[in-house]
Amino acid sequence: MPSGMSGMPSSVPASTTTAPTANPVASDTVAIRNFAFGPQIVTIKAGTTVHWTNSDAEAHTVTSDTGAFKSPVLQSGASYSYKFTTPGTYSYHCTIHPFMTGKVVVS
Amino acid sequence: MRHTAWFGAAVVLTVTGGEVISHIAGDGTPAAAAAEPSALRFVQISDSHLGFKGTANLDVAATFGAAINQVNSLGHEPDFVMHSGDLTHLSLAAEFGQAKEMMSDIRTPRVFTVPGEHDTINDAGKTYRKFFGAHTLGDGWFSFDIKGVHFISLVNTTSVDALGHLGSDQLDFVRRDVTGLSSETPIVVFSHIPLYAMYPKWGWGTGDAVTLLGMLRRFGSVTCLNGHVHQVFAKTEGNVTFYSAAPTCYPLPEPGQAPAPLPVTLPAGELTSALGIRTVSFQAGSTSLALTDERLT
Repeated sequence: MPSGMSGMPSSVPASTTTAPTANPVASDTVAIRNFAFGPQIVTIKAGTTVHWTNSDAEAHTVTSDTGAFKSPVLQSGASYSYKFTTPGTYSYHCTIHPFMTGKVVVS
Repeated sequence: MRHTAWFGAAVVLTVTGGEVISHIAGDGTPAAAAAEPSALRFVQISDSHLGFKGTANLDVAATFGAAINQVNSLGHEPDFVMHSGDLTHLSLAAEFGQAKEMMSDIRTPRVFTVPGEHDTINDAGKTYRKFFGAHTLGDGWFSFDIKGVHFISLVNTTSVDALGHLGSDQLDFVRRDVTGLSSETPIVVFSHIPLYAMYPKWGWGTGDAVTLLGMLRRFGSVTCLNGHVHQVFAKTEGNVTFYSAAPTCYPLPEPGQAPAPLPVTLPAGELTSALGIRTVSFQAGSTSLALTDERLT
């Protein structure tokens, strides 16, 4: 087979949303840094407001996977806050860089 | 595969026996024949990111303008120019307006675009389509034929998946679109995100592209041209050759060579060496495309 050619096309799973795998951290503050949400998973009590701050030079968003909340575009240094009043698990991502994912677990 | 060191070399793709083989032009092959009136010649520009502010490029409008000047200085008028996405950095109406106004200066009968993920922030491309959605379907996909070549322009940037996503409606469009085409019809597919798994960890791939490529497997010549990764890159798989284009704004790291795909700030004076435009020519009756990636001058 000539060099540079492969016999089969590369296959990629139909959905490869990166599910958060880090250990949950009790915190109401999430830093957006180096194209990641940290902590990736936070646990809070219902009625708590979570604060995100973008420390990257690139703009990001904080967007719920289900439409529950959606930040504006966050330029470097900008912050976004959302108050979680109902228990549940809230997955979110950056719409500009969808491989960036996070989760808020509300009890 | 080839990478940025191939700037300036015309790469000729020849379909022989159903296989796509690339080689450097310079031996009287289609690159030279491109001067014929029947030849198809088009230009791909990509990733202008109008509105970006950062050290990687202090004036993205200036480098985009330089790219447009370079297109206008080619010595011929291309049949069309395609901007393969991330026209803007923040999907703002003012940024789209600036892109539209600047591209109106390109001397060509047609300017086409596909949106990047920076063009569809928070509104699934609604503002993008307000400026560039005329005569498109769904999220902004469309197809057209020029001089015997069939072009398909796809949108893979309006999904929550970590990778690019085409979706069933768009795949159904392609299925209907290519039905009835002779397998000898040269096919060129435009998208923003690569249609192959270049580096999925950074989102550089399209999850359901395998379905698309399956529909195109019967064609002898399929070329996929994309942006998004801000670097020249090429790969051949079966009957398909994939080419990623240089940006007009700033480079990104090579796959895996940095913690994340952050804009790269080059030493003073070196930015334009990482930016460029792509010219493509195709001779009617031939099975060869000639691609040349030119550095910004």
